[in-house]
Amino acid sequence: MLKVENLKVNFGGIEAVKGISFDVKEGEIVTLIGSNGAGKTTTLRTIAGVVRPASGKITFDGEDITSIEPSSIVKKGITLCPEGRRIFPDMTVLENIKIGAYLREDDLSADIERCHRLFPILKERSNQLAGTLSGGEQQMLAVARSLMSKPKIMMLDEPSLGLAPIIVKNIFDIIKTINDEGVTILLIEQNANMALRIADKAYVLETGHITIEGTGKELLTNPKIKEAYLGKKN
Amino acid sequence: MNLFLQHALTGISVGGCYALIAIGYTLVYGILRLINFAHGDIFMVAGYFMIFSFAVMPFPVAIIVTLVATTVLGIMIEKFAYAPLRSAPRMSVMISAIGVSYLLQNLATYLFTALPKAYPAIPGLKKVITIGNISTSLVTILTPIITIVLVMILLWLVNKTKIGLSMRAVSRDYEAASLMGIKLNKTISFTFAVGSLLAAVGSILYFTDRMTVQPFSGALPGLKCFVAAVFGGIGSIPGALLGGFFIGVCETIIKAVGLSTFSDAFTFIVLIIMLLIRPTGLFGEKNIDKV
Repeated sequence: MLKVENLKVNFGGIEAVKGISFDVKEGEIVTLIGSNGAGKTTTLRTIAGVVRPASGKITFDGEDITSIEPSSIVKKGITLCPEGRRIFPDMTVLENIKIGAYLREDDLSADIERCHRLFPILKERSNQLAGTLSGGEQQMLAVARSLMSKPKIMMLDEPSLGLAPIIVKNIFDIIKTINDEGVTILLIEQNANMALRIADKAYVLETGHITIEGTGKELLTNPKIKEAYLGKKN
Repeated sequence: MNLFLQHALTGISVGGCYALIAIGYTLVYGILRLINFAHGDIFMVAGYFMIFSFAVMPFPVAIIVTLVATTVLGIMIEKFAYAPLRSAPRMSVMISAIGVSYLLQNLATYLFTALPKAYPAIPGLKKVITIGNISTSLVTILTPIITIVLVMILLWLVNKTKIGLSMRAVSRDYEAASLMGIKLNKTISFTFAVGSLLAAVGSILYFTDRMTVQPFSGALPGLKCFVAAVFGGIGSIPGALLGGFFIGVCETIIKAVGLSTFSDAFTFIVLIIMLLIRPTGLFGEKNIDKV
């Protein structure tokens, strides 16, 4: 569905992504894990069109989408739920949800309903300014906002960042639900443990290169991964 | 008392014009974090547009031509002088804005000479109206009304429409806005169009009262309106409205008590005091820098 080939991206004067290739099949949850500065965020931002690659090719359903406008990418059914949530703090919760459907002209009520079903708290807080939500609620709002574009594939950048473990579990459950409802997921995470548990396929990114790949289960039991990312030695 | 009311009315009227221009500063600042120094000169060029279109066509058409031409001018300035610097440091864009300002002033001097040109009298606008013991021209009464109506339309546009939603999103966070599918350039162009359109309306009302235009007519009002925008809290539309009225009324009162030469200095004293005690202005955002 989504195929990245030999992608190189320069960011802030350095080569942040040094020729990576991976693909995401329809219906899968794919995760890129890796430490800070490995190039994960840059990779997603490049797919979303907000950063231009130096070279390489990104295709979606067989169509070349390298370097096209972010708005065209959204239209094709790819959405990025960005790192740090980036909700609009001085808009209401409902406005934030609606702005996710900015490019759509059809009726939104069914999708707003869906967001409220997945995140009941957002319904309660509809008219509250988004900036007054807690971190976990803001993350839920960011996911809901991304869903509103009716994506075929949703990219999530560190959805667990700065959240309490119980909330993280909640968010991951919802990501799984969204996937079960037919949305393909490309997830990047520092919380490798959680990410690998739900992933069908996983790639490890280290300083701009993919070093290990396999299924989520394989990587969970890989001793190298255990030592470097899961904090367990055995 | 009569005299006071008379001056208050004049002040509110001048303030209305200032408010219309100040909103242009505030809108552009809100979205680009740029003080558009050329804004006062766009206002001046709008004056010339009116003079020349009025000479060859009936006045309702001339007004429309002026509004459209000024709007297009605003969009073009953004396209050629600011858009190519989108990823450059903010300082570069500001220098470009200063460049555009001088370019417009000097181009106007070259094309139209520095001699003041008579501003056409729009039929009816200068009609004298007497309410009780106060007599004033129609334009003086009309200006604040037009200003408030336009501001209400603008607030509706920003808060209730889709394009307004995109303006608010872009002014908050470029990247998050583009991830929603919002087109940055389109939204920014629209913002310049609105700002320039309001400046054109302000220009018609202001110069109808002043009766002449010269190439530097926009410089001082431009700076004053910038002060008005800062006073109200740059980025805030109600702030710009209030700031415009405040500067207009104060200036008129100072002139009325016989300190005409001090009135311009007063505006800049207001700027300095405001920046010292409340740099974000009356309704300004608390944290302007994005994290």
